Amino acid sequence: MIGRFGKFGGQYVPETIMSALIELENEFYKAMKDENFINDYKYYLKEYSGRPTPLYYAENLSKRLGGAKIYLKREDLNHTGAHKINNVLGQILLARRMGKKKVIAETGAGQHGVATATGAAMFDMECEIFMGEEDIKRQSLNVFRMKLLGAKVTPVKTGTGTLKDAVNEAIRNWVTNIDDTFYVMGSVVGPHPYPMMVRDFQRIIGDEAREQIISKENRLPDYIVACVGGGSNSMGIFYPFINDSSVKLIGVEAAGLGIDTDKHAATMAKGSIGVLHGMMTYLLQDDDGQIMPVYSISAGLDYPGVGPEHSYLKDSGRAQYVYATDEEALSAFMDLSQIEGIIPALESAHAVAYAMKLASKLSKDNIIIVNLSGRGDKDVNTVANVLGVEL
Amino acid sequence: MSTLNNEINAVVSMNRIDKKFYELKQKGLKAMIPFITAGDPSLDVTVELVFKMEEGGADIIEIGIPYSDPLADGPIIQASSTRALKNGTKIDNIMDAVKKIRQKSEIPLVYLVYYNSIFKYGIERFVNEAKESGIDGLIIPDLPLEERKDIKEISEKYGIYLIPLVAPTSKERIKNICESGKGFVYCVSTKGVTGIRNSIETDIKEYMRIVSEYTNMPKAIGFGISGPDMAKRFAPYCDGIIVGSAIVKMINDSRSKEEIYDNVKKFIYSIKEAI
Ligand SMILES: Cc1ncc(COP(=O)(O)O)c(C=O)c1O
Repeated sequence: MIGRFGKFGGQYVPETIMSALIELENEFYKAMKDENFINDYKYYLKEYSGRPTPLYYAENLSKRLGGAKIYLKREDLNHTGAHKINNVLGQILLARRMGKKKVIAETGAGQHGVATATGAAMFDMECEIFMGEEDIKRQSLNVFRMKLLGAKVTPVKTGTGTLKDAVNEAIRNWVTNIDDTFYVMGSVVGPHPYPMMVRDFQRIIGDEAREQIISKENRLPDYIVACVGGGSNSMGIFYPFINDSSVKLIGVEAAGLGIDTDKHAATMAKGSIGVLHGMMTYLLQDDDGQIMPVYSISAGLDYPGVGPEHSYLKDSGRAQYVYATDEEALSAFMDLSQIEGIIPALESAHAVAYAMKLASKLSKDNIIIVNLSGRGDKDVNTVANVLGVEL
Repeated sequence: MSTLNNEINAVVSMNRIDKKFYELKQKGLKAMIPFITAGDPSLDVTVELVFKMEEGGADIIEIGIPYSDPLADGPIIQASSTRALKNGTKIDNIMDAVKKIRQKSEIPLVYLVYYNSIFKYGIERFVNEAKESGIDGLIIPDLPLEERKDIKEISEKYGIYLIPLVAPTSKERIKNICESGKGFVYCVSTKGVTGIRNSIETDIKEYMRIVSEYTNMPKAIGFGISGPDMAKRFAPYCDGIIVGSAIVKMINDSRSKEEIYDNVKKFIYSIKEAI
């Protein structure tokens, strides 16, 4: 079925949006077949964002753990500091092509908001970012960055005041301004065509990583490990390896204070199938289908759902979903900073935490690629807070 | 003679919604369709309010099932859902409340319900229990034509109407949307979410002309209608007027149950008079 990954995905949205989604899908297909569009996209990825990002052999860390070789796909070295810009450049170029003058986006950690504000600044578009009140507090640095870039940041007070509510509010705004506004969705979530489109704009991560590992090691990796919020950095790196059955794909969710507490965001571990933000997918919800509050130390993983293609990969068994707690992520955050001199985003630290556990159980001829989705500058306040340090 | 008998028989066995629009049409009247959120401020008040609204002249009542993430709703109904959920309102209790209404009233009742509430409850279980409780139709604001297949079959099996929704952006989609539904066409007045608006940009006359081109079903206009004046302006172009946020706000602004019943009943009456 169109717009579905098995039974997952779909378009569960108000009728007002349907014609815009249909138009978006058509324009996206057209654009992806247009050489000029692809060349523009590639040009900006290279010249503006600095791609390709390195695939770095984390030798110190690997040796310290004494097991598998760990490679880091350095998405943190992108312009604006995370993988989010890959997708934003694709969508903003599409928005420009469709003649839209205004873009809106939701943001959790603020990375997608910063990336969208950046793209909008460069392409001279009006930009409004919806961000939960809680997240605004946690990520004040990114809020200020967005404002510096000329975006309007609209606080979302409803619900839990986090990413899920920011998506709701962005969709509501889109329904209201459907004619002139382009909604730049930040992850592989939402109604079709977003999950597919965002994946296609993020697959550059996996395409590069595949080439890079082959040229460095002359073989494919045994494992790919990536954190999963909505699932865009993980889907981006997984997708080009999907048909390589020897490569194990592992998504790491946020277990917060532990998956047996009510303070986590481990959708795959604890969720059930339902419909949110226009898609059918795994969700954290109660018996009546009310979406449950989620928690993670990292604002970017604090989401009660997951992209529908991930739900499909989970059920088909092609990918495996695990989790890391706040504590494990913090410890990996410190380790990577001190052992490799790389301060990771707290989101990415979840992937690092799991990869470190995994590596120590494997032998020296195993290879793990960790997607280092972003850098940790935005998180230093949070970490200082946890450590009781006043800045 | 026999055609008249047939017609009478058809009316008797009709869904309450069809029957209501048939009767209104005979009298040359328009339907007044209020919306309230189940469980705000309590399910007891919800039940009693339905009776008061009927006394005030309501023709069909929309009962909103509160949901944590009401995508199609503006701040007023969002806040109302949050209050209802804080009160512990569950779908089971809402079904029971509907049964209580049905013991005393034959007014057509429809649920305004987001799809996840139905899906998670179990589509068949939900539709079956809704029907058993006395619900006549379902309005699902986040389930466009493309996603209606599963629930369409089940609701046909149980004889509950799936109310189709069209929007000013629907255009050539209107035909298929209407053909897939029953009861009446919910015509969303404007691009946007529910709320109380001072004015509505859409050219309602032209919009309803287009909808009428595609369907003979009764048409009700909703979203943003603030009160009798606006209702009066839209009434000539449709068969019913839906008012939600204005009533929900009135309920929340009232200081006692008696005040709620009184204010809402008078408000419904003023709209019914106007249309
Ligand atoms: C650095 C970083 N990594 C990961 C994520 C999670 O999103 P996704 O799962 O879509 O990659 C975010 C989201 O804000 C992020 O900023």
